[in-house]
Amino acid sequence: MTRYIVQRMVGMLVVVLLVLTIAFVIVRLAPGDPAALMLGPEATPAEAAELRERLGLNEPIPIQYLSFVGNALRGDLGTSIFFNQPVTRVLLARAEPTVYLALFSLIIALIIAVPIGIYAAYRRGSWLDQTAISTAMLAASVPSFWTGLMFQRYLATELGWFPAAGYGGPDADFWVRMGHLVLPSIVLGIVNSALILRFTRASMLDVLGEDYVRTARSKGMTEWRVVLRHALKNAAIPIITVIGLTFALLVSGAVVTERVFNIPGMGNLVVSAVLRRDYPVIQGTLIVVATLYVFINLLTDLLYLLVDKRVRY
Amino acid sequence: MSASALADEPGFLEALFARRAVLVSLIVFLVILAAVILAPLIAPADPSAMSVRNRLAAPGGDYWLGADAFGRDVLSRLLYAGQVSLTIGCGVALVASVVGIVFGLVAGFFRRLDGPVSRIVDAMMAFPDILLAIALVAILGGSMINVIIALSIVYAPRIARIVRASTLVIRELPFVEAAQALGSSTGFIMINHVLRNIVSPIIVQATFIFAYAMLAEAGLSFLGVGVDPSTPTWGTMINEGRQYIDQAAFLIFFPGIAISVSVLCLQLIGDGLRDALDPRIAKEL
Repeated sequence: MTRYIVQRMVGMLVVVLLVLTIAFVIVRLAPGDPAALMLGPEATPAEAAELRERLGLNEPIPIQYLSFVGNALRGDLGTSIFFNQPVTRVLLARAEPTVYLALFSLIIALIIAVPIGIYAAYRRGSWLDQTAISTAMLAASVPSFWTGLMFQRYLATELGWFPAAGYGGPDADFWVRMGHLVLPSIVLGIVNSALILRFTRASMLDVLGEDYVRTARSKGMTEWRVVLRHALKNAAIPIITVIGLTFALLVSGAVVTERVFNIPGMGNLVVSAVLRRDYPVIQGTLIVVATLYVFINLLTDLLYLLVDKRVRY
Repeated sequence: MSASALADEPGFLEALFARRAVLVSLIVFLVILAAVILAPLIAPADPSAMSVRNRLAAPGGDYWLGADAFGRDVLSRLLYAGQVSLTIGCGVALVASVVGIVFGLVAGFFRRLDGPVSRIVDAMMAFPDILLAIALVAILGGSMINVIIALSIVYAPRIARIVRASTLVIRELPFVEAAQALGSSTGFIMINHVLRNIVSPIIVQATFIFAYAMLAEAGLSFLGVGVDPSTPTWGTMINEGRQYIDQAAFLIFFPGIAISVSVLCLQLIGDGLRDALDPRIAKEL
């Protein structure tokens, strides 16, 4: 098992290196001089030359690449052009709302999807099952920003049940800030529940057909116990996998949702960075998010070992 | 079997339309497609004709779906905007498929290239789709072609992964060995024997990518980092309508419905195709 974990760690390192490489290449896909692009049309050639020097763009590409990877592995993702601060510091300053938004919406998605998914599988073909499946399909087809705008318009602005936008201002205390995340988390939670629901239902359906479920029933175990103790325990693995996979969905959703509700998080930062042509920030966000994704998926794989005793590597 | 042979396969259409929802989706999607293509003929007004007197006019009367902040007819704009949104979705599905097929076949066929190509695909898929698309459009610049290129780069790895997995299976089958023994060239085997046998999973995945690409395009346009804002797409219409959401929520409502219905139809068609083309997978989801 230790060997498996080491193997997976090495595999993860290779993918992270490739992530860094892709992030490096993307910025160099820019037509023309990246320094001139970042500074915009008003910049003088002297300013562009100065920025090129500062970003090390005058070095040969292989040297640029090596120092980029070396710095990134040491935790240095460059300096933001707009803020004139290290990218890592800029990102950290905006991490709080994004992390909580992702966390809350994941919890909401699980609360919606897992019980309904289990029940839909248990009552396969019933009207509730069919309604659940079609609603999930619909939820996956509606753009999350559109749901966000509608909820904001009717539940926040009109009925005043939730704060409509923002993060409570610079001096807001913790609970006020969290209060501003409730509606965005509900929106993102609904969007993300669709995939989890489909997977929960599918993996429960697989397990409910197994012999040991029939055995448990024939022993006279209560249905409640059969479904929760025996079936759910074995359906947990695919559910954990899909939770790892929804991370990407969660981040994509957070970028858009933060924009809808004007929450000063990393999603809002990256969109502003695009409008300001602050390439180091865009590049840094890509690296941080993709690395997190790789890491989370390694973690969910390792969780298998804990949840399912049959899995041996 | 090729795509046209697929449709001739006995029982394929019956299987495809066994679920009423799939048939309905196909009809609805074809209606949307026809309306969008025929926009110049059926649009009630010029989509860019302004009328200050009718700004933010509510749906009904002369303006079936209302008028925007410049008094432009929302229905006509929806029809023309649909041309851009559907072209991007379809373009991405096609380009991502071609690129994905090339990389997938190479990875599945040449053992030595399998490792590197598969790791790159893994790394590409570690980036959340909207985030990678934002970065690519930021670098390439916002035009319809660049949005198609960016989203194709985002979604091609999904096709590549499926093509690789299917190629690995097909490559080991006796008829490939027979073709090799007969002296067929590798390129000929890849296209004529392998690719022809994995067309169906590619078509299914391309249908889903069509749907995802339309959602992603709408997201990019909403964020203001997609196509040029002066080009109407369903996403930019929502973005423009945003500031009037309190007085005229219909400006956002209708484009949102247009996106959702199109995407829902595509997803249901994709599901139906998967069930009809491969009854084995159908049971799993």
